[in-house]
Amino acid sequence: MSRRRPRLAVWKFASCDGCQLSLLDCEDELLEIAAAVEIAYFKEATSTALRGKYDLSLVEGSVSSRKDAERIVAVRRASRRLVPIGACATAGGIQALRNFCRVEGFLSLVYARPEHIDALATSTAIADHVPVDFELRGCPIDKRQLLEVISAFLNGRRPAVAAHSVCLECKRRLHVCVMVAHGTPCMGPVTHAGCGALCPHHHRGCYGCYGPMETPLNAPSLSRAFVQLGCGEADLVAAFRSFNAGAPAFRAEGEAHDRED
Amino acid sequence: MHERRGMTHIGQRVVVEREHLPNLMTALRAEGHRLIGPTVRDGAIVHAEIQGVEDLPAGWTSEQEAGTYRLRRRDDGALFGYAAGPQSWKQSFFAPAARLWHGRFEGGNSLVLEEDRAPPRLALVGARACDLSALAIHDRIFLGERHVDPDYAARRRGTFVVAVQCGTPGGTCFCASMGTGPRARYGFDLALTELLEGRHRFVVEAGSEAGAALLGRVRHAPADEGEARDADAVVEAAAGRMGRALRAEGVRDALLRNLEHPRWEEVAGRCLACANCTLVCPTCFCATVEDTTDLAGVEAERVRCWDSCFTLDHSHLHGGPVRTSIKSRYRQWLTHKVAWWIDQFGMSGCVGCGRCITWCPVGIDLTEEVAAIRAGTEPKEVH
Repeated sequence: MSRRRPRLAVWKFASCDGCQLSLLDCEDELLEIAAAVEIAYFKEATSTALRGKYDLSLVEGSVSSRKDAERIVAVRRASRRLVPIGACATAGGIQALRNFCRVEGFLSLVYARPEHIDALATSTAIADHVPVDFELRGCPIDKRQLLEVISAFLNGRRPAVAAHSVCLECKRRLHVCVMVAHGTPCMGPVTHAGCGALCPHHHRGCYGCYGPMETPLNAPSLSRAFVQLGCGEADLVAAFRSFNAGAPAFRAEGEAHDRED
Repeated sequence: MHERRGMTHIGQRVVVEREHLPNLMTALRAEGHRLIGPTVRDGAIVHAEIQGVEDLPAGWTSEQEAGTYRLRRRDDGALFGYAAGPQSWKQSFFAPAARLWHGRFEGGNSLVLEEDRAPPRLALVGARACDLSALAIHDRIFLGERHVDPDYAARRRGTFVVAVQCGTPGGTCFCASMGTGPRARYGFDLALTELLEGRHRFVVEAGSEAGAALLGRVRHAPADEGEARDADAVVEAAAGRMGRALRAEGVRDALLRNLEHPRWEEVAGRCLACANCTLVCPTCFCATVEDTTDLAGVEAERVRCWDSCFTLDHSHLHGGPVRTSIKSRYRQWLTHKVAWWIDQFGMSGCVGCGRCITWCPVGIDLTEEVAAIRAGTEPKEVH
């Protein structure tokens, strides 16, 4: 093909790098990706950084400092399409747990010289700061879904990434429901699909790694079912406050059960 | 005396001893059928490929209520002593995911390639009356006069059905209300009734020429009057032990008169819109198609997979989804299932298997919802 290869950039904000690694984990497809796009900026993979405009920017991580907040605006300006990837970039990540506390308290506990730390009071999603073109969920993201997002971008179509509950994936794989048959609390009924029902496949309840599913999301009803299965208020707070604690629907349900707030 | 290879005919009832049941399975496999039957896996009785009688859930049963299912031990060796499990036979024919076509760009042309459809011929072991009613509904939908679904047709072709007359309805069963069971009257090649009193044996009725022919290869004896009576008693007793009931008569009009009933809002407060009810339902047939391409844009494929009217995308038209509230989705499902279905297909879409009740994570009970909507809104009957 004679057309110019689109330029791909992968950016890191506050994160653990796991989602970027999902791209490198595409071992079988990596050469195909490299053939289809020009990898212009990807610090995790190469120290070569090409400046200029990017056709597709994948953004990992949350906005956690003032510097982040400025940088994401610059990244947006340099990107034709921008797709946040992973729970940090789409919901603030596990570090959004600090949104429920006073961050100064942590700083003085952890750092000898907290005055050097430039941390915002909250960890927030990329979409809270700049417009985004699509959001890919997960902690970490699923590499097949990442390939699908890139393929869809390259071919000018909508990504085949469903926003319904994990239960659809679970039942399509013919798993026995762990909640109904084993009495195991499972976040699947309110969680965004994408993992292929990984935990129920291993007879565990869903942890909600992909965050809230499409709206409307009836978290209070699931909480009542969890209580029937023996969960207390603290369990409910923990269930909704994990990797996607900052996602509005999960945040609201966590707050509803956090009596100390 | 046992006859080894006696001729049998449709409608005739014979007795096969428990110890000779393996011969039936062997004969089916010898005919090239893959056996799909009940077996214990992950704390439930599921449908999976079985090798023979040894894989059946001997001595197991299930305890079911709204939102709960538990495997329990029976105090006998019954092979079919359980009620409907998490799966129905729909997964065997209406596949959870099936590629409809694939294609590629080659030399400037786009080629659409036919799917190679050569699924194995199945023998369903242990289908219940409710299951057979559901299969008949799907046959109507997927094989109906005008539009034949090639994938369903290929999978369904040559299926042999070994039905089992239900002796153990569950806590969420209500087939007796829907007129679909517990006696299987059609849609089977063989129908077994398990007798557990005295000698463990099966009264077997041939429902087709193929069934009669197969039975001819299994050691059996004519059923005596007592055995025939005992077999009938099993099903009659089952009819009296349904855990649930639904007043089916007039349900269509009752629901359609009450599209703004406050109960819809109330049930929406409990419904998770997780779609489990529709996925376990043996008659729900909604699907979505996913079109994907490879990175190079050379290969493309279209896959059809199970979908649900509870997803937001299901009602996505130009401009956005039309059923944004859970209330509207639950109402769509229930009114289609037991009301509009009658207009569409001339029968109810509910066979009374109770799966949607058991497998709802929050235990929403269709029979209760229908009763609540009917209560107080109908003209009083004069006695």
